[in-house]
Amino acid sequence: MTAAAKITALGLAERAKRAAKAATEFADRVDVEGRFPAEGMEALKSERLMGIMIRPEFGGEGASLTEVADVCAILGQACAATAMTYAMHQIQIASLADYAVGSAWHEAFQRRICAEQLLIASATSEAGIGGNLRNSLCAIEVDGDTARLTKDATVISYGANADAIMVTSRRHPDAAHSDQVATIFLKDQYTLEQTSKWDTLGMRGTCSDGYIFKAEAPAEQILPRPFAEIAAQSMLAVSHLLWGSLWYGIAADAVARAQSFVKAAARKSPGQVPPGALRLAEASSLLQLVKANVVAGLKQFEGCKGDSDALNAMSFSVAMNNIKIGTSQTILEIINHCMLICGIAGYKNGTPFSLGRHLRDAHSAQLMISNDRILGNTSTMLLVNKQDTSLLG
Amino acid sequence: MKQTIRTLLAKHGNLPVSIEDVADGADLYDTGLSSFASVQVMLALEEEFDIEFPEHLLNRKSFSSVEAIEAALTEILEDQAA
Repeated sequence: MTAAAKITALGLAERAKRAAKAATEFADRVDVEGRFPAEGMEALKSERLMGIMIRPEFGGEGASLTEVADVCAILGQACAATAMTYAMHQIQIASLADYAVGSAWHEAFQRRICAEQLLIASATSEAGIGGNLRNSLCAIEVDGDTARLTKDATVISYGANADAIMVTSRRHPDAAHSDQVATIFLKDQYTLEQTSKWDTLGMRGTCSDGYIFKAEAPAEQILPRPFAEIAAQSMLAVSHLLWGSLWYGIAADAVARAQSFVKAAARKSPGQVPPGALRLAEASSLLQLVKANVVAGLKQFEGCKGDSDALNAMSFSVAMNNIKIGTSQTILEIINHCMLICGIAGYKNGTPFSLGRHLRDAHSAQLMISNDRILGNTSTMLLVNKQDTSLLG
Repeated sequence: MKQTIRTLLAKHGNLPVSIEDVADGADLYDTGLSSFASVQVMLALEEEFDIEFPEHLLNRKSFSSVEAIEAALTEILEDQAA
């Protein structure tokens, strides 16, 4: 039995917990220094977790999105930057695994991801467009078998540390802004000229710097399906679900810290209910809401998987949008509750109850794909969409 | 019916090109139809034909081309007549 086979014989959650243990040790340093979470990502590679969603015939383990979400939640409790880097990588994997079927290059590339445990970034944001995923200014130029692309990418998370980047662009120089394709470019096929530094309140380790991206590669590396389809059927839902899972993880760790604070207080004064106990009960209830929201979303996604009509339905988009809005808002409330429970010990860095990093990381949730944009999008759909009032449907 | 669809697309579709240059079978999303505009067109069609789009037709596919919109409308109008 090879070393890799020995590892993959273990359960995904067990491997994720081991990687999380390695990541948690460096979480504060990654945050303070605003550096790539190298230790956590190395541990994920050692645990062979990078390509688990890829089908077994290409060297993966055929893991479901639900299983990957569980890994994200485990990592979120340890180091949010590691968890977010892993989640964003898996969003690209989901697109590759489902929307490049039959493309020889992309199938061979999936084998490489599994064999070499490659990390895939994405470049969707662009100067002049902002974060609107479904619009591009730059256009890929195909000349014979060669494709060339230059993109003023305002954000490429962990771009400098990735082994490949999936880049969106217009299909050709005359195409409409929304007529997009996605192309995989390998590290030795592109240059990155840094234009901005990711010095932020939280999620500092994702190193989401801005770059001028310039690349040349064989045209066969363009994903065969239109990006509109990938975004609508996979990317948006997968993003909201995996992000929601790791955001749950951040909040769950905050609640665990608050609970240990209350327990310690209870031990010191037997017979008395500590002052934070009631608030802890409230935080626990809110955390359960977040968990239920994410789990219900995962169930709905798995139920629709492979059914393009179901994935394209407006009610599905509304549900996925609601998961993002609900989780991103509620985790802030939860962590704030935890801060009130832990008091100065929570506000201060370097205590077992510190919550500053959690709170700062959690603040990114409302902004990455702005909640206002998502609410605007949902409100448009609700003009025609009929609400499903059933409990179980 | 196609002409009515085209008139409403021209009015509410906010397309970057003239609707006259878009073939009946051409992908409207590729042409630049946004999801917001597609809902506006849908509302205009509901008003024009005095109908309501049922849940199973509220998806991208129903609005992917002039032909697809026509097929959806035909289905709704036939169901109404029955």
